[in-house]
Amino acid sequence: MKYAFFPGCVSRGACPELMQSLTAVADHIGMELELMETASCTGAGVISERNQKLADALNARNFALAEQTGLPLMNICSTCQGVMSGVNERLKARPEYLAEINEMLAEEGLSYSGTAEPRNFMWVLVEDFGLDNLRKLVKRPLGELNVAPFYGCYISRPTDVLGYHDFPQRGVYLEMIIEACGATPVDYSGKKKCCGFPIITMNRENSLTMAGNHVGEATEKGADFMVTPCPLCHLNLDAQQPDAARVVQTPLNLPILHLSQLIGMALGIDDKDLGLNRHVVSTNPVRERVHALPLA
Amino acid sequence: MQFKLNVRRYDPEAENPAPYWREYTVDVPENATVLDCLIYVREYVDGTLAVRCSCRSAICGSCMMRVNGQARLACATKAKDMREAGEAITVEPGGNMPVLKDLIVDMDVFWNKIRQVKPWLEPVQPVPEREYLVPNETILDLTVAMNCVMCGACVSDCTSLEVDKNFIGPAALAKAYRFVDDPRDEAREERLQDLSDYGGVYDCTHCFFCVEVCPKDVAPLDRIVEIRGRAQSAGIENNAGTRHAKAFEGIIRDSGILDEPMLLLKSIGMNPVEQMKNVPGGVRLLRAGKLPLASGPFHHKIPGHGNVKRLFEKVEAGQEA
Repeated sequence: MKYAFFPGCVSRGACPELMQSLTAVADHIGMELELMETASCTGAGVISERNQKLADALNARNFALAEQTGLPLMNICSTCQGVMSGVNERLKARPEYLAEINEMLAEEGLSYSGTAEPRNFMWVLVEDFGLDNLRKLVKRPLGELNVAPFYGCYISRPTDVLGYHDFPQRGVYLEMIIEACGATPVDYSGKKKCCGFPIITMNRENSLTMAGNHVGEATEKGADFMVTPCPLCHLNLDAQQPDAARVVQTPLNLPILHLSQLIGMALGIDDKDLGLNRHVVSTNPVRERVHALPLA
Repeated sequence: MQFKLNVRRYDPEAENPAPYWREYTVDVPENATVLDCLIYVREYVDGTLAVRCSCRSAICGSCMMRVNGQARLACATKAKDMREAGEAITVEPGGNMPVLKDLIVDMDVFWNKIRQVKPWLEPVQPVPEREYLVPNETILDLTVAMNCVMCGACVSDCTSLEVDKNFIGPAALAKAYRFVDDPRDEAREERLQDLSDYGGVYDCTHCFFCVEVCPKDVAPLDRIVEIRGRAQSAGIENNAGTRHAKAFEGIIRDSGILDEPMLLLKSIGMNPVEQMKNVPGGVRLLRAGKLPLASGPFHHKIPGHGNVKRLFEKVEAGQEA
């Protein structure tokens, strides 16, 4: 089980604990990662506003780099997943367009032949590694904990671009993983809505209202913490939570964990290897409860 | 074939008006639509159920409602596709619009937003003696937006409208795109300026709900992104959205990977009040060990970032040629 690992920007920027926890979990479950160091940002749906072809070329270059490794391509960000899936569909549907872009990649000795299938860590975990295998490795079932899933928009919609027809359960993978870790998923209306991150600099009030509403609703439904496969959602829900609480005029104090941190806790990986101290909303209450749980 | 429906009801003339759920069982042909089921209820079970419908052919847009939590045309939705094992199909009125009765919403919210974008041509002057000559390819691009049947599905499920009624919304913005890109329209620049203001294209969050629920593949989000691009190309840059996009592009061009603190600073621009609002967040990130200190001149570039820069130059050179 080896992957061309596309880290994205945020795991090497404002969410170092994502890279840390993902690496720890991968080591633990025997997943080999070949870091795509020379891969660029996907454009995150922003570069395409100004220049779609440029965004397509950047992603084609990343896909070509992945093809060179001969390994399946894995990312760790919902936004990266959405952008990659959209671009890949466009490139595969228009061979003459892909050929034009490949001409521009030629100087670097690259060419994309259209075989990459970018998949998020969440998808890879369920589809390749398997939840039965995960269950066997769980050392500390998170039995008493209620966990609110938060997917992120780019990994949820449009479903036809994201392969939901072939993998209809992709819409419930987070709940399935939460259950495999022994915890209980919390159902609430905001789990597939927008966290507000994309408009934090354009309309701060709206952005924080979205974040505050979701955190508030999850808390009200009994969540002990929230888990997300998207580091951008994490930033708006965790780092902005104190401001979001002021905007929605509700006291909020819900830890927001990365998916790899949830899994890492269930696997019994040491807290310091999961970066659980690198959160704005303290994860201490969660950690204390987890450590009080019996080992399997 | 039997289907169970769980329908959200509301009667404004009741003694104490409040929404409630009512379950119905209907006996209809196997290929019946959700609308067929509701008409069955109205005709044979409960004549008080209020449903709006007309063409039953997915072209009038009247029967938009939420089925199993998502906005759809009831007449274009097969009941058997919505039935999850052993569970009733949930049917609710569309969201983001006031409910008049049962499954009927007040579409004034929708139409007012459409009117807001002036959905008519401001003819290029002077008006030609005969007709305007328009190249086919310029109109072909607009046909996607013209497919809209004004059902309001995108408005129903829009997450920005959910928190801010001032947002123009996906349907009206897709309609606006149709006029922005029409070569016969003279008000293009004025439209782009208006659409870039508060409540306009930069308040869209890219949540993709409008793309997912649109029954006619208008993909309003794609149209919104196109308006953003047109506005930026037209030099309408004095807004956070454009500053954000320009800064983002510049950072990736130079280093291949995002410099988050720099992106934030450049997006906010030279506005001390807005900058101050972000100081507490910055301090929190710093204390949590999350603030990337290697920013600005110290930002780490990806190895071989020159290849990324050259790719930018090649794409742009090809587009200028």
